[in-house]
Amino acid sequence: MLANAKQFIMRVLAPFLLFPLAVAAQAQQDGTWREVLNMTPGVTEVSRQIYDLHMLILWICVAIGTAVFAVMFYSVIVHRKSRGYKAANFHESTTVEIIWTVVPALILVLIAIPATTTLVNLYDTSDAELDVKVTGYQWRWQYEYLGEGVQFMSDLSSSNDQIYNREDKGEFYLAEVTEPLVIPVDTKVRFLITSNDVIHSWWMTDFGVKRDAVPGYINETWARVDKTGVYRGYCAELCGQGHAFMPVVVHVVEKDEFAQWLDEKKTEAEALREMASQQFTKEELMARGEGVHNRTCAACHQTSGEGITGVFPAIKGGAKALGPVADHMDIVVNGSPGTAMQAFGGQLSEVDIAAVLTYQRNAWGNDTGDVVQPVDVLMFKQGQ
Amino acid sequence: MAHGPAKGISRWLFTTNHKDIGTLYLWFSFAMFFLGGFFAMVIRAELFAPGMQLVDPNFFNQMTTMHGLVMVFGAIMPAFVGLANWMIPLQIGAPDMALPRMNNLSFWILPCAFIILASTLFMEGGAPNFGWTFYAPLSTTYAPASVNYFIFAIHIMGVSSIMGSINIIATVLNMRAPGMTLMKMPMFAWTWLITGFLLVAVMPVLAGAVTMMLMDINFGTSFFDAAGGGDPVLFQHVFWFFGHPEVYIIILPAFGVISAIIPTFSRKPLFGYSSMVYATAAIAFLSFIVWAHHMFTVGMPIAGELYFMYATMLIAVPTGVKVFNWVTTMFRGSISLETPMLFAIAFVILFTIGGFTGVMLSLAPADIQYHDTYFVVAHFHYVMVAGAVFSGTGAVYYWLPKWCGRMYNEALGKVQFWLAFIGFNIAFFPQHFLGLAGMPRRYADYSLQFADWNMVSSVGAFMYGAAQVLFLYNVLSTVIAGRKVTEPKTWEGAEGLEWTVPTPAPYHTFTTPPEVK
Repeated sequence: MLANAKQFIMRVLAPFLLFPLAVAAQAQQDGTWREVLNMTPGVTEVSRQIYDLHMLILWICVAIGTAVFAVMFYSVIVHRKSRGYKAANFHESTTVEIIWTVVPALILVLIAIPATTTLVNLYDTSDAELDVKVTGYQWRWQYEYLGEGVQFMSDLSSSNDQIYNREDKGEFYLAEVTEPLVIPVDTKVRFLITSNDVIHSWWMTDFGVKRDAVPGYINETWARVDKTGVYRGYCAELCGQGHAFMPVVVHVVEKDEFAQWLDEKKTEAEALREMASQQFTKEELMARGEGVHNRTCAACHQTSGEGITGVFPAIKGGAKALGPVADHMDIVVNGSPGTAMQAFGGQLSEVDIAAVLTYQRNAWGNDTGDVVQPVDVLMFKQGQ
Repeated sequence: MAHGPAKGISRWLFTTNHKDIGTLYLWFSFAMFFLGGFFAMVIRAELFAPGMQLVDPNFFNQMTTMHGLVMVFGAIMPAFVGLANWMIPLQIGAPDMALPRMNNLSFWILPCAFIILASTLFMEGGAPNFGWTFYAPLSTTYAPASVNYFIFAIHIMGVSSIMGSINIIATVLNMRAPGMTLMKMPMFAWTWLITGFLLVAVMPVLAGAVTMMLMDINFGTSFFDAAGGGDPVLFQHVFWFFGHPEVYIIILPAFGVISAIIPTFSRKPLFGYSSMVYATAAIAFLSFIVWAHHMFTVGMPIAGELYFMYATMLIAVPTGVKVFNWVTTMFRGSISLETPMLFAIAFVILFTIGGFTGVMLSLAPADIQYHDTYFVVAHFHYVMVAGAVFSGTGAVYYWLPKWCGRMYNEALGKVQFWLAFIGFNIAFFPQHFLGLAGMPRRYADYSLQFADWNMVSSVGAFMYGAAQVLFLYNVLSTVIAGRKVTEPKTWEGAEGLEWTVPTPAPYHTFTTPPEVK
């Protein structure tokens, strides 16, 4: 049997053991090796403090572990019955018990000092130069520049075809968005984080920022980034089936570049508000509405409008989409309390709501012929 | 007296014998271990490569949820209750458990709970998909309809656990043989006594949490709904007030098993018995006052963060004492490496690694980066799998000859051990890297930089899964056709009352109490 065990190890286990080594070697060649081993020091003071704390405690653990395991393996190798080693009979010593209670406690006190300093710094949200409100939605982030009248949605931009392996995945697969958050470099930015539905968590590894987005709460945290660039993070709290599909992307730009960008966004927002009073053709609304549907509605109701039986109702042939326009508009603007259907009135512009309603009432053979104009949506909202 | 077991199925349905009920618990736990393991294999197969291949994200979330629930409540907890049923009366010289009929009931409602839970997989809308921690409002307003079945199943499991633990407390406190003082009890009985109190204290809290969920979902209350004036964070406080003691409920009996195995195969008494008892009690006490370290990113005031950080760091002290005591027990012993000892040594190494990552996680600022990543997944699998499951496996090999009077296949046991040890580390060690590099947990799909280590991790998980098939085969072949053993003391260095009764242990033992000097 022992001979069989050896054969088993050589023939069956060995290939399994070699496989990870092969993967590791491959990864080293690809240059992905270093980044996927350890925490990043990041680009803020807080993230570097966290990194230093992490490395400190890591090395302390490695040192203690090495000492403990060395004693244990020494015993396992030397104090063996098969070597004829006779067991000693000692089994208590108050002195050593006190030593190995007090020494670890002292080490912990030493670690607690830098941990406390870092935490105090991390919580100091005073004197922020820019306030950004971050709102979690299933499954996208909304960014609002408080006091500037600028807000937008940031959706995943990796395609469904990439997710379902129908086309090659891009370099930033599941870490790319339609519109990233833009903030200026060397500026203390305060993030006010909340949620519209379930709990999410806004995590930007390089900034040392992770804070839960909790409905009914506004959590505060901050970052002062000292290096321009594109930074990528993720949603860290389980928020439903789209949890892996709502990344965080932040562009950190020079201060003057940021000012210019913010001006453009303000102009854009103004133009969008004006559009609400314009009339559009059905074709224009259908084209815009398809985009809105696929970005905003398809995660639940599917691109085909068929929904998922028993979980998400179908829009194709659905009662709301074929019934009166007002009911359809009501559920899109106000949502359906107690279900996963959110209120989109605050998330989408009047133009987008009008477009998506028009699209849903005419696509997939729904063919009601109804055209909803932005002004209808505006009047509906004002009439409430 | 001296009547044997009933014939046929009624022996198992109506039994009040602690050994039969222990056997039932152990086989039930084994079955759940394979069910939860199957869910884990689905998870690792989907994560083998980036992109969605086998399942959709919603079903993936159902798998992570069911894996956690089945493993925690179905596999690990019943395994240790089974060991307690079998071994505590034998270890303290009692003829049976103190409350035998309740013992029968507390086992038989357990399969009902898991049939209800598993049936949700076949319901319209699918099984619970909100994680085993079921944070509101994802588990209330946004939950699938099957959540009501989940709540009912949790209630039944809680009732079963409370009855089981009351029974163990009553047995240990009232049924000890003359001369068996508390400070002479084996560590396994001690750890279970303390665990029993933990269970009685926190299971009602879990019941309260799920009842509030039930009210929110069906009866229009707003405990956890911000729109109705409720508080989603309240749920997390209530859940973790249960959840943190819960992880010690799982690990303390495992400590007890290790404290039995290591002295036996070191042929030397356990070092620092009384400090082990005090350390266990200290860990149990601390478990009640550290719950919010699971919530460092939720937006607590800084005073709260600092308190929970300091309190959590303290846990390292009594846990360290236990590890030092085990190592010192081995030091200058006369060690032999039978399968139970291999699992016990692996337990000490891997549990210590899990303990180290636990200290790292306790540092609130560092936890800002670790929280909800694969680093946490690696951490709790090092303490739960390498801790509880390795210890449970070691316990089965250690006491199997006593239970069935047959010796297991040592070579096969060793092959299983090495396959499990290597597979486990290939599966979970790289998850530390993934977490530190920024991969969040409970992700159905991931960015390309995480692809390599995920593939490695999946291969390790399949190896670990294969090791469990060997385990099942080894146990079955031992029970059916293993080499017969009859000497009361299976292991040369074993001490304790359980090794004074005949092998296999007769249906009734200690009908006259033994004298303990």
